Amino acid sequence: MTKIVRIASGQGFWGDWLEAPVRQAEGGPIDYLMMDYLAEVTMSIMQKQKSRDPTRGYARDFVPLMERLLPDIAAGKFKVISNAGGVNPRGCVEGVLEGADRLGVRGKVRLGLVTGDDILPRLDELLANGHQLTNLDTGRPLLEVRDQVVSANAYLGMEPMVEALAGGADVIVTGRVTDTGLTLAPMFFEFGWDPDDWDKVAAGTIAGHIIECGAQCSGGNLLKDWHTVPGMADPGFPIVEASPDGTFVVTKHKGTGGIVSVASVTEQLLYEMGDPHTYITPDGIADFTTIQLAQAGKNRVRVSGITGRPKTDSLKVSIAYFYGYKAVGTLVYSWPEAHDKAKAADRILRRRLQDLGLEFEEILTEYVGVDATHGRLAGPPDPDIAEVELRIGVRARTREPVERFTREIAPLVLTGPPSVTGFAGGRPAVQELVAYWPALIDRSVIEPHVRVEIVR
Amino acid sequence: MAPKKPTTTDVQLRYLAHARSGDKGDTANVGLIALEPEFYSLLVKQVTVARVKRHFKGMVGGVERFELPNLRALNFLLHEALDGGGTLSLKTDAQGKVFSTALLRMSIPVPASLARRVVPPAGRSARKHR
Repeated sequence: MTKIVRIASGQGFWGDWLEAPVRQAEGGPIDYLMMDYLAEVTMSIMQKQKSRDPTRGYARDFVPLMERLLPDIAAGKFKVISNAGGVNPRGCVEGVLEGADRLGVRGKVRLGLVTGDDILPRLDELLANGHQLTNLDTGRPLLEVRDQVVSANAYLGMEPMVEALAGGADVIVTGRVTDTGLTLAPMFFEFGWDPDDWDKVAAGTIAGHIIECGAQCSGGNLLKDWHTVPGMADPGFPIVEASPDGTFVVTKHKGTGGIVSVASVTEQLLYEMGDPHTYITPDGIADFTTIQLAQAGKNRVRVSGITGRPKTDSLKVSIAYFYGYKAVGTLVYSWPEAHDKAKAADRILRRRLQDLGLEFEEILTEYVGVDATHGRLAGPPDPDIAEVELRIGVRARTREPVERFTREIAPLVLTGPPSVTGFAGGRPAVQELVAYWPALIDRSVIEPHVRVEIVR
Repeated sequence: MAPKKPTTTDVQLRYLAHARSGDKGDTANVGLIALEPEFYSLLVKQVTVARVKRHFKGMVGGVERFELPNLRALNFLLHEALDGGGTLSLKTDAQGKVFSTALLRMSIPVPASLARRVVPPAGRSARKHR
């Protein structure tokens, strides 16, 4: 009989539904539970937390979650692969080990720790050696913002995770590995595929792309016939049933809500898509124009036909640097003439900011209910519209003007147009802004620094 | 006398396609997926880069289009669409999550018989082409 490997998605982002991983573990047989925690901005948030407290810097809710799963993992029911380690995978592993202590399963679970993605400590050395880390979007050299850099991580591929599995790891914790690598690694480990088999790399990568956003491929955020998607109070998160030939089926546990259909999988395939011929990962290049989808039973979609091309010599680097400050204030104006009142309030507010001599890089006004999501495409609003939310945001390089702006919202209630409400939340918060700097680096200066440790 | 062209009717893409969008920096992507396989060639022919550029005029910079006939889908990249994107953007939709629905507002001419089939009576456009 052909060997099938079942890889279940438990989290699609840091903040996803906390019950999902437990339901994946309890709802039926799975071999691997993969959990993706990292978005571009997440690393900088974690770095900020780590700079205040060196024991932090990872997805902390991973630890109590693992405490719920460790008994099953110790019993050998499935393995976990996650990038919950953020900028402190070692701290994350220690947290999980403490949890194992509390449960009395310490020593029964082997943890695989992957490090080497964090290049912040090596940044000056790399720059000195001619790695300019040029911004992929703007072409500017990193030196221009070097002093503001708060985090810098290379995206690692599947290899260290395959190595950790070969070393017997039951739970793998990494920093910045690709979302897709979390799914790709168990396939290569289980099937013993050649890492130069680019079609297999592409197939596993696309499997990873389909399930990396959790229920977004199984009924969540599905536009087509959205009102007919059943049971979304208890959505089934996706499971990939991988075959040794590189084909796979996307499905979910029986008895769960949501839907796995050609439509639901297609929407997810197109999410954050660039050039579909060239989806570049550290492990290879996948061609999304070769994917064949077929409904193969209720809540089962068969995926086949995928081809790929060799990996490149570079790895992507995600750098975050301190940029400035922003704040967003809102007020709600009611019928009659709700839109006109909100527009008048905006004019008054802008005039006051100007009279105070405050300088902003940008001031952006949106009228929620009128134009916030579709701009002018929404057309003129209903003149009888029940209410309009004035939403005004500002951004500046220094804190002072943004701070002062946050004190100019509430006064409009008594000094501006009538029929205004919705200010109970108080002054808007000043947010520190960390911007994202995408770059490439030679893989030859990263890969020798990647380490895999097995701890228990 | 010139041969009579078949009557067409303008139909919003919402009746012909579904869509999902995401972001990469200041670029929003919109994946436009034919609701029925036979609609795909209509989308390829009518939802051109030039038309999409005109639809989003003043809201986005450059537009790129990719064809995925295997998924009966088009992928659009809408550059400079997100007010700087990521964390810097002041927009409600800073990550372009609902840009997809803004494209579904666009209308394209389709054979009148198809329009009668896909558009519920209340949403039918009054404007007809000849």
